[in-house]
Amino acid sequence: MTNNKNSNQDTQDLSRRKFLKSGGLVAGGLLGGSLFGGLLTNQFQKGTKDEKTPQADKPVSFDARTFFSRNEDFALLSAATERIYPENKNGMGAIELGVPYFIDRQCASNWGRNADDYMHGPFPTVIKTDGYKEEKRPNNEVITSSSVVKVPAGTANYQTKMTRGTFFLEGLTAMEKTSQDKFGDRFVNLEPEQQDEILKMFEKGEVKFSGVDSSDFFNLLRQTTIEGVYADPVYGGNRNMEAWRMKEYPGPIMSFLDKIEEEEFIVMEPSSLRNYQGL
Amino acid sequence: MAKKLEKVDVVVVGSGWAGGVVSAELSKAGYQVVMLERGKDQTRSDFIGVKDELRYSNRYEMIEKLTGDTITSRVSIGDAALPVRLQKDMNTGTDLGGGSMHWAGSVYRWRSYDFEIRSKTIERYGEDKIPEGMQIRDWGITYDELEPYYAKWEQTAGISGEPDPLGDKRSNEYPNPPMLASPAIKLFKESAKELGLHPYQMASGNMSQTYTNPDGETLNQCMFCSFCTMYGCDFGSKSDPLATVIPTARKTGNCEIRTNSLVRRVIHKDGKATGVLYTDTRTGQEFEQPADVVVLAAFTFSNNRLLMLSDIGEIYNPETRKGTIGRNFTGQFNSTFLGATGFFNDKKFNYYMGAGGLGGALSDYDADLFDHTNLDFIHGGGIELRQYGDAAIKNNFVPKGTPTWGEEFKEKSLFYAFRTLTVWYSAAVMPWWHNYMDLDPTYKDEFGDPLLRITNKLTDQDKNIAKFGIEKCAEIVEAMGADIIDKDELPDQFDHTYFGMHYIGGVAMGEDPETSAVNNYLQMWEMENLFVVGGSALPHFGSHHPTPTIGALAYRAAEGIDKYLKENGGLLTQPKASSVKA
Repeated sequence: MTNNKNSNQDTQDLSRRKFLKSGGLVAGGLLGGSLFGGLLTNQFQKGTKDEKTPQADKPVSFDARTFFSRNEDFALLSAATERIYPENKNGMGAIELGVPYFIDRQCASNWGRNADDYMHGPFPTVIKTDGYKEEKRPNNEVITSSSVVKVPAGTANYQTKMTRGTFFLEGLTAMEKTSQDKFGDRFVNLEPEQQDEILKMFEKGEVKFSGVDSSDFFNLLRQTTIEGVYADPVYGGNRNMEAWRMKEYPGPIMSFLDKIEEEEFIVMEPSSLRNYQGL
Repeated sequence: MAKKLEKVDVVVVGSGWAGGVVSAELSKAGYQVVMLERGKDQTRSDFIGVKDELRYSNRYEMIEKLTGDTITSRVSIGDAALPVRLQKDMNTGTDLGGGSMHWAGSVYRWRSYDFEIRSKTIERYGEDKIPEGMQIRDWGITYDELEPYYAKWEQTAGISGEPDPLGDKRSNEYPNPPMLASPAIKLFKESAKELGLHPYQMASGNMSQTYTNPDGETLNQCMFCSFCTMYGCDFGSKSDPLATVIPTARKTGNCEIRTNSLVRRVIHKDGKATGVLYTDTRTGQEFEQPADVVVLAAFTFSNNRLLMLSDIGEIYNPETRKGTIGRNFTGQFNSTFLGATGFFNDKKFNYYMGAGGLGGALSDYDADLFDHTNLDFIHGGGIELRQYGDAAIKNNFVPKGTPTWGEEFKEKSLFYAFRTLTVWYSAAVMPWWHNYMDLDPTYKDEFGDPLLRITNKLTDQDKNIAKFGIEKCAEIVEAMGADIIDKDELPDQFDHTYFGMHYIGGVAMGEDPETSAVNNYLQMWEMENLFVVGGSALPHFGSHHPTPTIGALAYRAAEGIDKYLKENGGLLTQPKASSVKA
């Protein structure tokens, strides 16, 4: 039950709908200048990115690395996020949206340091198994750091001693090593299809590193990339709310009391947390 | 050395709906009440202008921090339990108002069948219908007896709704009319009607109009802004303790609220509670608060663990099936809220708007409203379409078979954003001899006390009920005209994800002290001045969210405490040995 059979047709359909919608928007008077420019550029001027948003509208950026010390790690991270959420005819990809800086700041935050999580030991060795099978152990066995515990694959349990920030560093190092082993070159120099191959190996849990399963790292990388794409721009990603425009999501709005019964889909120029707080 | 404070009439541990209702009622009746909350103080202005999906939905701003303690979790008695380390896998409430501050607001009474589940199941199908080891039993209170307390809580909370056409008898209408129906909800209701089902607008704790409750607290009309679940309401439009029972308790002048006060023991002597020991989490200073009556009204996990650490009652032992504390643990985990998702190629819904309690519901496959003779499970579930309002991080639905990342994912997830509707089955969960809580032998909290250990296995009952529900949901989604229908898949086993705060039991009510810890006033059988209020009292999980039942039982407990204090003690109901042993 998928609709993969005719994705070219779908694609053309999507463009046409979007064009029609943008026409409706102009008539409705909801459209800001930069959005209009963005839609036009995407539709008709593919590849001339520089004109997408007028420079004068761009806020001054102070983006810089605050967690990843090594530029090589950051470059690899950037390339990986771009494969997860690539630039395409819909619009910007992860890099242009600022996702690598989002992840950098998240790693430096309480979340990246697991400051609000239970991080006390012991940390036994956890082995993932295919299906659930009951273990035979004494009821009141005390677990130690040298215990080996089997858990079914796919369980959400986070049992590593590493913080998420360290997990990112170790994971990126493992990706670089896998790239060298498999293709004899740095990840950032690989063709996109080769980069995808490495990411798929990680997704399937085929690479072991630092006592963890690579699928856990992949899931963290994927989820954090999606968060960076769609979180409020205050966190460094979703630059200029471009991802919200692509999704036609309006951001935080005070009230929909007069619109909740509306039959037609309503596209609004998005508003950020900063707008919402009246700043 | 703990500093001993002046004695009060009642000390209440916890400030959610359970603790809030009890504190409001007893302080209104003139008793001196101290309410202790481990989290911080908060007010409405904490919620104004902070609608931020990352911070609240993905970084769990309002969820208890696990730095100091969590639970450990395993599937079977033979497994090693491991700590649930991340907030995303372990949601419990904290701060003033508790988990009730960030609830969605969906409101359902549990069914007359729930309260007499064992008798009614045997009556209709015979004793063989109940599998060995399923510890269902009657609650020691009937729906009719609890009905006035449900009505009372609904008036306080200002519930907006219309009666369920298949619902049990009500003594009055909801205090407010139902919420407006969006096109998606209308489509759900019309399609269900065509299938011969009985849909209605689900009742909600989001206000359909401005409302002043019997205690004089005013709630505002809901704006459908979509920031309900995991958020505090910035309009005062969601019924929560900060909008209702907490100000009611405060204005009596009889209730002192102390936040940052983490209760660690119930102190008792000669079979009676004398007070509680707590730590000020800012200074580390320990205090002893003496009281005539101690009320534990914290989250399920805390109520259970406090009794175990305080050595009150007998901890349930699955080998002997004796002991009551930690028994009858249930929760809505990864086999509940499964259903079917429809993808619509030609329709787009304004699904970024919504409210936590905005939705359509039907009860045709709930409780014992349908014949189970040829079915391999008992009880049932409610079917819902909920329009919470999806923000951008959450809203990445793609049909099955689509990659979860890369260009195709991006394109499809953008196309199907706001073209995706889910109908799910909120299944009831039965208690089993092998699902319970006790203390973990390995992992400790920041004070060196053992963590609570959960042992929880999905059973055939859970899988069969879910499978049944998924098919029913898919029929409705099909009738709604979806172009692609994806059915949820059944999980292999419990995944240790404690998401959604629907976990209950362990200090369950009943009429037989062999199988229950508290009577139907939530008074401990073996410590008559200790009342344990909240989700911990519920012997099994009905098919919907537990909040109204917790609220109703809190009013019942408050009445019991008043009676207990007026009549100078004694058990408020006499124990009865059950005619049937679970």
